[in-house]
Amino acid sequence: MPEIRNMTMNFGPQHPAAHGVLRLVLEMDGEVIERADPHIGLLHRGTEKLAESKPFNQSIGYMDRLDYVSMMCNEHAYVMAIEKLLGVTPPLRAQYIRVMFDEITRVLNHLMWLGTHGLDVGAMTMFLYCFREREDLMDCYEAVSGTRMHATYYRPGGVYRDLPSMMPKYEASKWHKQKEVDRLNENRQGTLLDYIASFTDRFPGCIDEYETLLTDNRIWKQRTVGIGVVSPERALQLGFTGPMLRGSGIEWDLRKKQPYEVYDKMDFDIPVGTNGDCYDRYLVRVEEMRQSNRIIKQCVDWLRQNPGAVMIDDHKLVPPRREEMKEGMESLIHHFKLFTEGYCVPEGEYYSAIEHPKGEFGIYLISDGANKPYRLKVRAPGFAHLSSMNEMVKGHMLSDVVAVIGTQDIVFGEIDR
Amino acid sequence: MTDSHASLAKKLEERFSNELTHCTTVHDQVTVTVAADDLLSVCKILRDDEQFAFMQLSDLCGVDYLTYGQVDWSTKESTSTGFSRGRQDSDQESSHNINERFAVVYHLLSIKHNIRLRLRCYMSDEYPRIASVSGIWGSADWFEREAFDLFGILFEGHPDLRRLLTDYGFIGHPFRKDFPLEGNVEVRYDPDKKRVVYEPVTITNRVLVPRIIRNDNRFATPEEEQNDA
Repeated sequence: MPEIRNMTMNFGPQHPAAHGVLRLVLEMDGEVIERADPHIGLLHRGTEKLAESKPFNQSIGYMDRLDYVSMMCNEHAYVMAIEKLLGVTPPLRAQYIRVMFDEITRVLNHLMWLGTHGLDVGAMTMFLYCFREREDLMDCYEAVSGTRMHATYYRPGGVYRDLPSMMPKYEASKWHKQKEVDRLNENRQGTLLDYIASFTDRFPGCIDEYETLLTDNRIWKQRTVGIGVVSPERALQLGFTGPMLRGSGIEWDLRKKQPYEVYDKMDFDIPVGTNGDCYDRYLVRVEEMRQSNRIIKQCVDWLRQNPGAVMIDDHKLVPPRREEMKEGMESLIHHFKLFTEGYCVPEGEYYSAIEHPKGEFGIYLISDGANKPYRLKVRAPGFAHLSSMNEMVKGHMLSDVVAVIGTQDIVFGEIDR
Repeated sequence: MTDSHASLAKKLEERFSNELTHCTTVHDQVTVTVAADDLLSVCKILRDDEQFAFMQLSDLCGVDYLTYGQVDWSTKESTSTGFSRGRQDSDQESSHNINERFAVVYHLLSIKHNIRLRLRCYMSDEYPRIASVSGIWGSADWFEREAFDLFGILFEGHPDLRRLLTDYGFIGHPFRKDFPLEGNVEVRYDPDKKRVVYEPVTITNRVLVPRIIRNDNRFATPEEEQNDA
């Protein structure tokens, strides 16, 4: 009788469903997974070590590149840690802008997740639908920071500049007829806030569209219901946070429980799942998009009525205005010192955690009083989620691995750092 | 929030009167230091005791205190000799008295009491070893592998202590402060050998901004001001 042995299979790192550079070594018994061993680190850039060699402000750009689908949320945690150590509080308007862009980022992230998760499991249309709405939000990023992804918009002491009073518009060209351009520019006539407001009016309808495609879809349910079930106790043990934890039925959201910025003034609900499977986590994330939409609306209303400063007025930390620099000696000195040496952060340590779209994103910052961090540790939510891969896929079929990777919302920028 | 931190610190000091070597509350965050020998027993109680209920380990990381408080460029003597023009490598005395080089920092979260705790353990050895908490919190598994990989901290009792983030066959522990930023080896494809080869690095690190500590009056504590006066 021939000997029957388990087969070892390599999944990734170039597999499109591996969401980047995940290499999974799977031990298979037929088509059933016995053991999964994720090999990570193919995107390890040593962000934490690089940050130790640079003044504080120069690392903000690195934070964007950690989780590269929710850029501003990463910045937020880092900037908040510096602010806490310095003992400064950003102006109220800056806090509202941050909350608004955190939620825009959450929608961006969840759209990316929904599109790719759908694509992995076989719903091609989702990808196209989601990226259509993502494009509009990317334009908000661009309007406010000049870049579509890596914004470097949040700074210690506020945000870099106030919201623009007009949106950039499309221009007619050989490829775009005037009529088409007029249609594209229709909601770009007013300010950025008008543009965001028109988006929030339209967006709930878009979510309904996604839901008609997936929520009651027989194939979608077959692929996600009962897959990757995690009990609430195990979810806590394994360090799950964010939608992964809430999908298992634990009501825990840092925006509610340990509110930062102006989240305590916002009116929103926390969706919670019951079964802890892929389908519940899908429902939680979709509902989170609706709640984010609510928060964005409230921020837009407040920001419209309350103009004001978006940066603190301390030129040891933030650069002086260009006009002042051209006339005042002191401003020139401040500018020079800030961009050559940076600022010194008093000795101490702080762990700042925010409710990132994927879970709890934490920055643990140790400063020894110098102008560079002594040690920076990035607590990436995806890292803890991916470490549970073995437990989540054990006993499932090979095709379910793809569903579990999708439901964990893995982005390698933050896991490998 | 501030009250809950004070009461947590008080409860910790009562419960672990022998084990705690240090307990502070700064920026609304409680930090306790325990000896490496007591780590496992303290962690078990922190998780299981109802008054703490730290069910989740949010983060675990290694820290290398080798160059803590050292600066590239000292400006203290500026009044007599003027500023130096560039960066100098200096091995000045650290102003901070941390004797042990390595530490492991645990960030615990209690969902029941909605509170966080930072737990620190120092290790003095050249080959740092500490007990693994992966039996207490499942999430410690990969965090400890990462700390082993980047700092060379050995976690005794860890079920599967392999390198995690660095390359297969990597030598050294890159996040130690004596590991150069630019690394030791670089890779390139060798068309003659028809494979990727490893060679010593050819680039040198250029420090554009020196590391400086300024005595800023805005952040001085009252005692320091008295000392200066």
